[in-house]
Amino acid sequence: MTGAVDISLGQLALALGLLLVALALSVALRLGLTRGLAVAATRMVVQLLLVGLVLEWVFSTANAAVILTLVVAMALLAGHAAVRRTSRRFAGIYADALVSVLGASFLVTGAAVVGILRVEPWYEPQYLIPLHGMLLGNALTGISLGLDRFMEGTSRGRADVEARLALGATRWEAARPLFRDAVRTGLVPITNSMAVMGIVSLPGMMTGQILAGAPPGEAVRYQILIMCMMAACVSLATLGVVGLAYRRLFTPDHRFHPDRLTDAAR
Amino acid sequence: MSDPLVSLRDAGRRIGERWVWRGLELDVREGDRLAVRGPSGAGKTLLLRALAGLDALDEGVLLSRGEPVRQLPAHRAAVALVGQRPALGTGTVREALREPFAFAVRDGRAYDEDAARDGLAALGRDTGLLDQSVDGLSGGEAQTVGLLRALLTEPTVLLLDEPTAGLDPERTAAVERAVAAFLDADAHRAAVWTGHDAVQIARVTDRAFEL
Repeated sequence: MTGAVDISLGQLALALGLLLVALALSVALRLGLTRGLAVAATRMVVQLLLVGLVLEWVFSTANAAVILTLVVAMALLAGHAAVRRTSRRFAGIYADALVSVLGASFLVTGAAVVGILRVEPWYEPQYLIPLHGMLLGNALTGISLGLDRFMEGTSRGRADVEARLALGATRWEAARPLFRDAVRTGLVPITNSMAVMGIVSLPGMMTGQILAGAPPGEAVRYQILIMCMMAACVSLATLGVVGLAYRRLFTPDHRFHPDRLTDAAR
Repeated sequence: MSDPLVSLRDAGRRIGERWVWRGLELDVREGDRLAVRGPSGAGKTLLLRALAGLDALDEGVLLSRGEPVRQLPAHRAAVALVGQRPALGTGTVREALREPFAFAVRDGRAYDEDAARDGLAALGRDTGLLDQSVDGLSGGEAQTVGLLRALLTEPTVLLLDEPTAGLDPERTAAVERAVAAFLDADAHRAAVWTGHDAVQIARVTDRAFEL
């Protein structure tokens, strides 16, 4: 078996021609998406080409510090993006999201690269970067869903939380239903996607490996590995961020501070 | 004379830049039936919330039996606030009444179904209410359940924020009787009332605190 067919610039141009189908549809049906589609497609192409350049350079340096910097930068962006998707804010929310995404993704990627795959050297970018990147995407979703749900719950359920506290509940007893609900919400997408994996969807990474010439059996084993990593990472990240948010809104003296929540500026 | 059950010393609460009340001194003693009086916006509800340890004071200190409050859950279990529109969560009335007994602060004490039935009857409600969803309750029914929930936990101090607002005269009388019976059952207990009906407040209290 050989690797994938190399795509020349001419062939890439042909591929872009496929975009015309979407554009033509938008124009014909007056979907009002023509401009949006064109901008999105342009962004997609430019961003991917840039990432390609960066990755080419990072792979060629084989320098642990450079690779680590890139991986940390990716995590910072993921934490920031996760908060941007939520509709409320509190002081320290960005820090909480960053700590959660960094902690969870490093722990899980580390365990997989050093403990399971036993890659030498540990920072081998061929493994570290794609695995880490895929974890971040999922952690981002878990964090934003869990955080948003928790803030929504404490905001709307403020009277119920206060009623529990007034009846002698500790801060944890008062917040527990909201906490559980928020963590569960963060874990729904990964649970659903595992359940239908291979039936409804052929996962992107597996497809990519098969395209690149890997035997399907091996691609499947990698996919199982990454799904397990994702489940662990999303769990840790969601639990982490909801736990940190809980500590901001419920102080150790068992007081609840819903006034610390503000609406995100739109 | 024993230490007061709950006290505020040089207490102040502020909303934004405005002091709602300040330099406030208040003692709630055993056997007290205290009225908190004042015009709308004087901070009566804020005062009850401060006594219950729900809101932090902006200045001054909250005392429990003469000592600064250290454990708020224990304080709140002993000093129960019954709000104007009690939040009962989701589920049935029985679940709402049972919830406080799941908290660690009431370790070893269990929800008493018979007491709940007797309480509902005493407050002029049908005991079938226990199986109803809290979502379907009228404002008056929710008020009754909120009061009963506090009574069942047997606090030492009852903080009643307009407990009969919106109730008909018969049920208002039933609430007054139920609170009186609760206080009479133990001489150490005390109640603090707010309300817009001056005649009623004078009837159920024996001393007033003006805001």
